[in-house]
Amino acid sequence: MRKSSEFIIEKIVFLSGITSIIFVLLIFLFLLKEGLMLFKTVKVPDFLLGKNWYPISEPPQLGILPLILGSLIVTVGATIISVPIGIGCAIYIAEIAPLKLKEFLKSGIELLAAIPSVVLGFIGMVTLVPFIKHLFNIPTGLTALSGSIMLAFMAMPTIVSIAEDALYSVPKSYREGALALGATHWQTIWRVILPASSSGILASVMLGIGRVIGETMAVMMITGNAARIPSSILQPVRTLTATIAAEMGETVVGSEHYFALFAIGIVLFLISFLVNVTADLFLHKKQ
Amino acid sequence: MKRNPQRTEKIAFFILLLSALLVVMLVGLIIFIIIEKGIGALSWQFLTDIPRQGMRAGGIFPAIIGTIYLVTGAIIFALPLGVLAAVYLSEYSKDNFLTRMIKLAIVNLAGVPSVVYGLFGLALFVIFFKLGVSIISGSLTLGIMILPIIIATSRESLESVPYIFREVSFSLGASKWHTIRHVVLPNAIPGILTGTILGLSRAAGETAPILFTVAAFYLPRLPKSIFDQVMALPYHLYVISTQVPNVEEKIRFGTAFVLLILVLLMNLVAIIIRYQFRKKKRW
Repeated sequence: MRKSSEFIIEKIVFLSGITSIIFVLLIFLFLLKEGLMLFKTVKVPDFLLGKNWYPISEPPQLGILPLILGSLIVTVGATIISVPIGIGCAIYIAEIAPLKLKEFLKSGIELLAAIPSVVLGFIGMVTLVPFIKHLFNIPTGLTALSGSIMLAFMAMPTIVSIAEDALYSVPKSYREGALALGATHWQTIWRVILPASSSGILASVMLGIGRVIGETMAVMMITGNAARIPSSILQPVRTLTATIAAEMGETVVGSEHYFALFAIGIVLFLISFLVNVTADLFLHKKQ
Repeated sequence: MKRNPQRTEKIAFFILLLSALLVVMLVGLIIFIIIEKGIGALSWQFLTDIPRQGMRAGGIFPAIIGTIYLVTGAIIFALPLGVLAAVYLSEYSKDNFLTRMIKLAIVNLAGVPSVVYGLFGLALFVIFFKLGVSIISGSLTLGIMILPIIIATSRESLESVPYIFREVSFSLGASKWHTIRHVVLPNAIPGILTGTILGLSRAAGETAPILFTVAAFYLPRLPKSIFDQVMALPYHLYVISTQVPNVEEKIRFGTAFVLLILVLLMNLVAIIIRYQFRKKKRW
């Protein structure tokens, strides 16, 4: 009796164990199920490289190139800002800060990770957006640059915590060896510790970028959402994520527009899948 | 000029310190602004009244209740599943291909953009299972989203229970499940609790997954069943800051304040539990 109940419980535990795989497959399957319907009427290159996103004109034009470029410009901007600051922050916390300061800085970063993105979007709207508007004297502060700055900030917890782990995992003997040879603390960090933890730091950057591409609410609130090909970082842009969030509520289930939003979902899912798998490879290479 | 390693070090360390302080001070500034401007809006009426005059007056009671329903539903779904998944990974799994795939799947679940969860919830729960735009659809979507958090923290706390505890239990004749149930799990409860609260706080703050699965633009009453729509705090903040013109700044900051405090309090509780647990740890 006891044996059979133990058997059943083990099966339940096993099934729970593989639910993560099931959910990832389900997500992909249902995105495909709805998204692929689009390609009965629209060709894949026209979708990915089409220059016009006019989903409610007649007939609808469903080219997502402006949205891809919108996401790209915001992501590149955020990466340029967040990577040096984030890695600098991680080095300071992991290698230099005295214990008390280290605890303080770490809780600050953890606090940032806890703030909901809609709250950060709201704060961006009332502080950053008017600031950018006045600084550059432009008609609207809802620009790619505002989005980049806010996203750089939001990527910080990801970059800092993973880079910090990578720095900690460098064996102590490397550090001692360098110091024993007469290197200064900074020379040790720059020439020994950073190169030794490079794959983990690369992973932190990739996951930070993944976080930026997937971010939705804050971006939707402060980038202006104009679906046209951006020519400058001081123009409003519309990202892939914001398009889904802003338009899904107004579309008819089963329309071309509806399928197109799911097709954008497929693109986002594939990007995040690629980013996460590659970052995971980097993290495992280290060990 | 001759290169001076000591001076280079000083300059480098100063720049690093600045980058760390920049981030943390901005976090402090944001929280300060919201508290300073939001606390004035706070009143008993703001917390317990329905929104009035097209959300330009009144309170946010339905949104608070909606968020409580949603996170409760999400945790009812995600907690048992997440803990059992963690038990599998920490106690049963072998170092093989399947385990590697499970870990990769968890990493990917954690990385899927929140709006894609919204699409998934719409396609699976709202349309395919015909649950409609409802509390249950929204809760399940949020539940799947916080699953990776619960699995990761639970697994970590299960694995930190020393192996010798299990060996003693086995040597007394207890079966594997018996050992897990009565020896391993009880010792891992603080860690699991921490993960649960962090998951709750994440679910409470997310907007994109509930956009098309549950959130109501304006619904000044309480839900009657789990198949009803509800308002939710994060979506309400989005609505009054971008969709409704001329909402008083006080009301917007007040809503942001309530949401922020709710989330930060949950995180604080999680941190305290973790701290107490580390202090009391007997091994």
